[in-house]
Amino acid sequence: MSTAVQHPAPAPQVVALDTTVVTSWKAPIAFAIFTLLAIALAVFAPQDGDTTFRLSTQSDVIQLPEITVPTMPTLWITIVLLALATAYSAMLVASKRRVPVWLVVVFAVLFMFGFLTWAASGAAIPVIGLLFGSLSLAVPLIYGSLAGVLGERVGVINIAIEGQLLAGAFTAAVVASITGQPILGLIAAMVAGMLVGMVLAAFAIKYFVDQVIVGVVLNVLVVGLTSFFFSQVLAPNAAALNTPPRFERLPIPVLSEIPIIGPVLFRQTLVVYLMYVAVALVYFGLFHTKWGLRLRAVGEHPQAADTVGIKVNRTRFWNVALAGAIAGLGGTFFTIGSGIAFNKEMTAGAGFIALAAVIFGQWDPIKATLAALLFGFASNLQNTLSVIGSPVPSEFMLMLPYVVTIFAVAGLVGKVRGPAAAGKPYIKS
Amino acid sequence: MSDPRQPDAVGPTGSSKADLDADIAIEEPGAVSPETEGAEEDARATAGGAVAAQPTDVPPPSRWHSTLHQITTGNAIISVLAVLLALLVGAIMIAFTDERVQEASGYFFARPGDTFLAIWESVSGAYSALFQGSVYNFRRDDFISGIRPLTETLTFATPLIAGGLGVGLAFRVGMFNIGGRGQMLIAASVAGWLAFGFDLPWGIHMLVALLGGLIGGALWAGIAGALKARTGAHEVIVTIMLNYVAFYLVSWMLRTPGLLQAPGSSNPKTPAMKETAIFPALLGPQFNLHFGFILVVVATVIVWWILSRSSLGFRFRAVGENPNAARVAGINVPSMYIYAMLISGALLGLAGVSQVLGTVTTGFTAGIDAGIGFDAITVALLGRSTPWGIFIAGILFGAFKAGGFSMQAAEGVPIEIVLVVQSLIVLFIAAPPLVRTIFRLPDPASPKRRPVPNVTQEVKAK
Repeated sequence: MSTAVQHPAPAPQVVALDTTVVTSWKAPIAFAIFTLLAIALAVFAPQDGDTTFRLSTQSDVIQLPEITVPTMPTLWITIVLLALATAYSAMLVASKRRVPVWLVVVFAVLFMFGFLTWAASGAAIPVIGLLFGSLSLAVPLIYGSLAGVLGERVGVINIAIEGQLLAGAFTAAVVASITGQPILGLIAAMVAGMLVGMVLAAFAIKYFVDQVIVGVVLNVLVVGLTSFFFSQVLAPNAAALNTPPRFERLPIPVLSEIPIIGPVLFRQTLVVYLMYVAVALVYFGLFHTKWGLRLRAVGEHPQAADTVGIKVNRTRFWNVALAGAIAGLGGTFFTIGSGIAFNKEMTAGAGFIALAAVIFGQWDPIKATLAALLFGFASNLQNTLSVIGSPVPSEFMLMLPYVVTIFAVAGLVGKVRGPAAAGKPYIKS
Repeated sequence: MSDPRQPDAVGPTGSSKADLDADIAIEEPGAVSPETEGAEEDARATAGGAVAAQPTDVPPPSRWHSTLHQITTGNAIISVLAVLLALLVGAIMIAFTDERVQEASGYFFARPGDTFLAIWESVSGAYSALFQGSVYNFRRDDFISGIRPLTETLTFATPLIAGGLGVGLAFRVGMFNIGGRGQMLIAASVAGWLAFGFDLPWGIHMLVALLGGLIGGALWAGIAGALKARTGAHEVIVTIMLNYVAFYLVSWMLRTPGLLQAPGSSNPKTPAMKETAIFPALLGPQFNLHFGFILVVVATVIVWWILSRSSLGFRFRAVGENPNAARVAGINVPSMYIYAMLISGALLGLAGVSQVLGTVTTGFTAGIDAGIGFDAITVALLGRSTPWGIFIAGILFGAFKAGGFSMQAAEGVPIEIVLVVQSLIVLFIAAPPLVRTIFRLPDPASPKRRPVPNVTQEVKAK
């Protein structure tokens, strides 16, 4: 859509630009599919009874009442609302306007509400627990996606997020076990993630190796190293080397008493609070500071950046190292963040989910964070529903986040465009 | 690994982005013949900032000189040295974590010889177990049982080669297929279901199960291809997500009676495959090597033919090099994505089928893929996305796998050391300048023969 391309013939091009909006029929179609899905649930698997939403925990100062709704009428009302949203989006597209983001959010929340009402019929949903767990599960994904965003914005594709998370988890467990100080484990994890990032940067920038290759290989290397040392060193000396202390929960005095938000957001561990800071800092830094401007310039057009005196390769190296440190910090969630001993391949593909969140979030730290939260929510939804008992086989619930992602990526996001120079080494001669 | 003079020996044009086509620093400028454009680009990239040698400006050097030059700068020596380096790092890891070494190093200054002896014993013990587990076991009496490890290597290599071909083919079209796990699981499920659920005559049954598996894998990957072609959905996301979907789908089918679960059992495991569908053993019943290896050889030839001799392969490579240029040239880029993913999925499907019909015929669980879908990525990278390169890389990794198990059993060295060595090999091979610096080899683009232009440029920027 750059105006420079259209420079020779501006007038007819403007008309062409207006008509390109038509392509976003995807949103109404995706909405329609989800609405039909909800109707199918209501028609083919009706649930009798009531559904209760529990909005407070026992320890809250301000107690909210439980909300109990009759299952089927609520589901049908939700379906009507979903259908209205679908019709509205179709109307918008037909009149050549875009479907706004808030409509997508409203639709998603409505659909989730309807689905929860249906799935938890005859039981109570602990809303606080559901959201709290979602945030917890999203923590490593958010750190990982921040690392991915930074790396790609500066022009280095970071597939090694998985390796950085795992290295962080391993180092955090070992250092925290030896010293007994989780905070030292946290620092060690950042150093470990940074080292993986530096190896990635060195191979990608100094030796011009394909960044995807280095990333994939580093993942294998870190899995191999950590598993080797786990079997050979940690497992025989588990008491001394692999019994990490955990971070205590630190409720923030006033904020933690806000209904719903307080227990979910402000009764967390240091790792989570650092995450809030990291998201804010990366967002602010990337779009409102000189550092971020230079970083993005290097990722979009290194030659231009070089021309104005930015050291392209140095910028890339240190920012990839920084990204590695952030991912390493995220790795602490697995061990000292949860008080679990290190185990082989314990990140279980979180780095790849984080990578998906980066692309899903269109290389924007805030959107990537939201995508990571979506993954966290979907994973925790399964945990919650399997506890209260749901009519769906647990495998299908586990599948749900991934299916939703495919629909979302295909239906709502579509073709995404990353930083222009990501993946290309910059060679100055 | 690959023949340096092979004109199409471009590196993996792998990407998590369609426009990422960095086959950089893979090929050696001194070794590749400079007729092809790809080779020139590689040379430009590898020369550390120098633009490609312009061969016409340089008088041809003497034959001796060029032969020596090729040996010291060529691909082969880099590959050999990379393997040596990786084994050296592995040796250091084995030595440092060995208990005997740690014990002896406690009194290192009193009797340093003990430490070195312990290091030698731990490392040589581990590596001779690796060799005896993967190539030839000297401790056996006769040749037949001595050569058994080599057939084990080929058995382990079979799915790795098939998977590597699938990932490599997608790389050549500029796509990154991380979905090997899901494609293998679906293919294995379809092939397994056909193999244990039906009664057909010998031979036909096997073919039906094989074809079913290939189609299953192809369609599963085809979802990602079709979504990329129709909606632009990124294939990396979709294939990762499909991995999980396939895993949970297969897990559910495995624990649901009437689908894949063995009748009368409560384990999430299928019944054994019927005799009529099992791949026949190639070398008799005492060896595990099965017909799947022949299929993989055939698949390698087919992929080679597709990529370098067919018009489809030409279009594939054109799209992989530059999708915009390919579109301008009249190639239907979206349908190339679909075809490539279908073929790639079928090849990964072959890996899955060879697992259920060849290697594990007593019924399978959701772990049947055994991480091969991800190992295949490394194999494809090591083989530089060329069919025969992948073939050799697959056999090398098969040897590591076969040997790794016997090393773990005999010496107690965890098999994960194999992952470390494998990944280091790929890393070193991908970075020839690093290996050259370590061993002080001459730079193929020696300063005398290389004009250094005073320009700044970005490699392959579009």
